[in-house]
Amino acid sequence: MDTAQDYFSLFDLTPGFDVDLERLSNRYRALQREVHPDRFAHAGEAEQLQAVQRTAHLNDALATLKSPLKRAVYLLHLQGVELGPESSRAMDPSFLMEQMELREGLEAVRAAVDPEDALASLERRVKADWDQLVREFKERLEQGALDGAADSVRKMQFLDKMHQEIERLEDQLMDD
Amino acid sequence: MAYSEEVLDHYENPRNVGKMDEGDSHVGTGMVGAPACGDVMRLQIKVSDEGVIEDAKFKTYGCGSAIASSSLVTEWVKGMTLDEASALKNTQISEELALPPVKIHCSVLAEDAIKAAIEDYRKKQG
Repeated sequence: MDTAQDYFSLFDLTPGFDVDLERLSNRYRALQREVHPDRFAHAGEAEQLQAVQRTAHLNDALATLKSPLKRAVYLLHLQGVELGPESSRAMDPSFLMEQMELREGLEAVRAAVDPEDALASLERRVKADWDQLVREFKERLEQGALDGAADSVRKMQFLDKMHQEIERLEDQLMDD
Repeated sequence: MAYSEEVLDHYENPRNVGKMDEGDSHVGTGMVGAPACGDVMRLQIKVSDEGVIEDAKFKTYGCGSAIASSSLVTEWVKGMTLDEASALKNTQISEELALPPVKIHCSVLAEDAIKAAIEDYRKKQG
């Protein structure tokens, strides 16, 4: 295993947003067996350390390619675009307004006549917006429109957060 | 991560949470967001004909530091002129709240929000 390889090459995958997840996990398991520190229990210290580092690299690679958002950020990284922790006044105000509405909608779920139904409809809307952004991201990346692609990923980050909040509320409603 | 007393106080008892009528010509609205954490913040000011901020409201969906930063800013800007409020720096916010380095961006977000609100108000006044 060569840790200098990019994550896609590591798993023998074509670089791109669409990833064959089954192939990814099969290849992960094969590589994991290859580099597992247990196999180097009787080896020298340097080899043991290398096994630990390779395992960590492999796990990072898996986590990155498995998550659609992290994968998108990584694809930008491969193109030399880094998304900083910037706050963005430059973001489209109407998009931010929509995010605010979505969050307000989420806050109102508990008070709804049918909370589960209200949550499901919110979830559908978030999913549709997400799918739209993914389409936009793939298109822009393919065209080499990197600024635009980065803008799509920034928006995806907001929807990802919203999705997490939805899941958290779902769990809470189930526990009630 | 441990929050400071100041952050906890603003988080548990946020001041000035609410919404003003965006259509009101005396109201300026600032919408900002932090992509990295998915936080969104709306900060609004109501400005008198003399250019003094009479009231401020905010709504923030985000972490405790982001909520505390925006709550503090709404308290501070009341009674300020627009120029005074424009001069607010994120470092004043982060110092007052004793924000750790990883949360500095929350105070930047609050500074951006008040600037955006002032800009919006000025644009409305033409």
